[in-house]
Amino acid sequence: MNVSTQNRRDFLKKSAIVTIAPGVLLYSVSQAHHAERPVTSTTRWGMLIDTNKCVDDCTACLNACTEEHGLTEDVPAEVKPVWIRKVTLRDRQTGKESSLPVMCQHCENPPCVDVCPTGASFKRDDGIVLVDRHICIGCRYCMMACPYKARSFVHAVLENQKPHSPRGKGTVESCNFCVYRIDTGTGPACVEACEVEGHQAMIYGDMNDPDSEISKKLKEMSSSVLRPDLKLNQGIRYQGL
Amino acid sequence: MKNVTFCVIEGKSFAFYGGIIISVFFILLGLFAAYNMEHHGHVITGMNNQVVWGMPHVFAIFLILAASGVLNVASISSVFRKIFYHPLARLSALLAITLLLGGLSVLVLDLGRPDRLVVAMTSYNFKSIFAWNIILYNGFLLVCAVYLWFMMQRSMQRYYPTAGLIAFTWRLILTTGTGSIFGFLVAREAYQTAIMAPLFIALSLSLGLAIFLLVLLIDCWETKCSLGEGILSRPKKLLGILIAGVFYFVLVYHLTHLYFTGRHGIEYFLLAGGGVYTVLFWGGYMFLGTILPLLLLYHERFTRSKSSIATAAMMTLIGGFALLYIIIIGGQAYPLDIFPGKEVISSSFMDNIAVHSYIPTIWEIMLGISGIAIAAFLTVVAVRILPFMPRSLADTDVDDTFKG
Repeated sequence: MNVSTQNRRDFLKKSAIVTIAPGVLLYSVSQAHHAERPVTSTTRWGMLIDTNKCVDDCTACLNACTEEHGLTEDVPAEVKPVWIRKVTLRDRQTGKESSLPVMCQHCENPPCVDVCPTGASFKRDDGIVLVDRHICIGCRYCMMACPYKARSFVHAVLENQKPHSPRGKGTVESCNFCVYRIDTGTGPACVEACEVEGHQAMIYGDMNDPDSEISKKLKEMSSSVLRPDLKLNQGIRYQGL
Repeated sequence: MKNVTFCVIEGKSFAFYGGIIISVFFILLGLFAAYNMEHHGHVITGMNNQVVWGMPHVFAIFLILAASGVLNVASISSVFRKIFYHPLARLSALLAITLLLGGLSVLVLDLGRPDRLVVAMTSYNFKSIFAWNIILYNGFLLVCAVYLWFMMQRSMQRYYPTAGLIAFTWRLILTTGTGSIFGFLVAREAYQTAIMAPLFIALSLSLGLAIFLLVLLIDCWETKCSLGEGILSRPKKLLGILIAGVFYFVLVYHLTHLYFTGRHGIEYFLLAGGGVYTVLFWGGYMFLGTILPLLLLYHERFTRSKSSIATAAMMTLIGGFALLYIIIIGGQAYPLDIFPGKEVISSSFMDNIAVHSYIPTIWEIMLGISGIAIAAFLTVVAVRILPFMPRSLADTDVDDTFKG
C-alpha cells in the first residue's frame, strides 16, 4: 500500500514536470530576445549617458569594450582601434567640466552608411549601425564621413580574436552596441561595467518603448546629442553636457 | 584642313628602352609596396585612424584628375572643332585611358582589402558618391576606348563628333563626382562645400593639359618629330587661362571660409599656422604652381622657348599636387569639431591634439609613383604598337592656312 502511494506520488511529480516544464521553457524562450527573432523598426536601441555620474578617471567602460571585443593588438597609439573613448571637456563660457565616453553614435541618418560604396556600412532596423566585414573593401570613406571619429581601421594582423565578435584586418570597425548581447537579452559590455563599478552613468534600452527606463528618463530630463546641427538623430544621448 | 598622317614610334632608341625599363622598375616597386601593405597591414604606412587617407590618395586623385583633363585636347578638336588640335586628339584620348588606369591602380592597391575588387564592382550603394565614381571611372575607360576607335577607324569617323561630345560630358560628370567625394562630407570643415566640384574640374583641366604638353614635348624630342610654334602656342595660352581658373576657385573657396566665423580656424590653419600645409600652399601651390608658370607662359622673355613651356607645365603639376596634398591631408590633419563650444582637456583618442600628424612612409610613395609608372608604361607601349602620333606637327603640316 505504502509502495503504491509512493509510486502514485512519483507518478504525479513526474507528470507535473513533464507537463509544466516545456511550458515554462517555451515561455522563457518566447520572452527572451532571440537571435532568430526578426529585427524590426518597432525597436530603437539607444543609450543615455549621464555625464554628472561619469567619473573622470574611471575607464571601466573602455576596459570592458577592449576585453569584450579583443581589441588588444600591440600597435602604435595612432593606429590602435578605439571603439569607445573617454573625453573630458570644459565649457568655454562657463568653465564647467564634464567627463564622458564617446563611441559610435548609432545615428538614425548615419553619414557612414550614406557614403559606403558597397553597402558594408549599414543600419539595422532597430537602429544599430554595423559594418558587414564580408563586403567592406577597406576604402575608409566612412571614417572620412563620420562626424564623431567613431570608426577605426584595422591596420595590423589580428590575433586572439573573440569568436562572438569577429574582426578583419584591412576593414573598418566601430562600436556595434554589443549586438550579439542585445540579441540574446543582455546589454552592452560598457553599460554592464559601468553598473558593476557602481556609477550607473550609462543606461541602454528601447527608445521606442514608452515604458523602458531610457524612454522615461529621456522624457523626464533634458538630454543632448553631439553636433545636433547635423540633424542625425543619434541613438546615444548625453545628460548634463 | 590637311589630312594628317599618323605613325607608330620606331621604338629603337635609348630613350624608348630607358622609359620602358624605368617604368617597369617603378611598377615593380609599387607592387612590392602593395604586397607589404597587404601582408603586414597599413601599419607600415603613415596613415592612421586620424589621417585615414594619405599619399596614395593624393597620387591617385592627381592621376584621375589629370586623366579627365587630358581629354580636353581631344574635346577641343572634336567638340569645339578646332583643327589645330585634331592631330593631337588620339594621344589625348590615349593618355586619358592610361592616366586613369594608373590612378585607379593606386587607389585599388591601397584598399584594406584589394582582393575584394569584385565586391566593389558588383555591390553598389547608390547613395554613395564613391559608388557612382566607380561606375563613372569604368564608364570613362569604355567611352574613351570607343572614342579612340571612332577616331582611328575611317569607316567610323562619322560618329566621332558624337563620341567626342559624350566623352566631354562624361568627363565633366566624372570630375564633378571626384570633387564631390570631398564636397559631400558633412562633418569636415575643409570640405563640405559645393565648390569642390568646379575646383576639381578646373584643376583637372590644368593638370591634364600640363601633362599633355610635357608628353608631347618629350615625344617629339624622342622621335625628332617637327613641332611648330603655332601648335604649341595655343595650348600654352590655354594652360595659362586654366591655371588662372584654378586660382579663381581656390580664391573663392578661401574667401567663403573666411566669411564664415566658424571656419576661421581651418583658414588660419591652412593659410598661416599649419606648418607644412601652409608652406605647401604659399610655396608649392601659389608660387611654384601658379605665379611661376603664369610668368613663364606670359612674360615676353620666356614665352617663345619650349623649355619654358615644359618648365611651366612641370610647375603646374607640382602646384596641383601640392594643392591636392593640402586639401586631402590638410583637411584631415585639422581636427574635427566634435564638441562645439567645449575645450577638450583630455581624450584617450587624440581629440585634444591641435593637428593630427601624418608622415608618409616610403611604401606609400612607392605605391603612388607606380601609378605614374603604369600610365607611362602603357602610353609608351601603346604609341609603339598603334599609330597615335602624328608624323609631323610642323604648323604648315597641321593647318595650311597657318601664317605664323
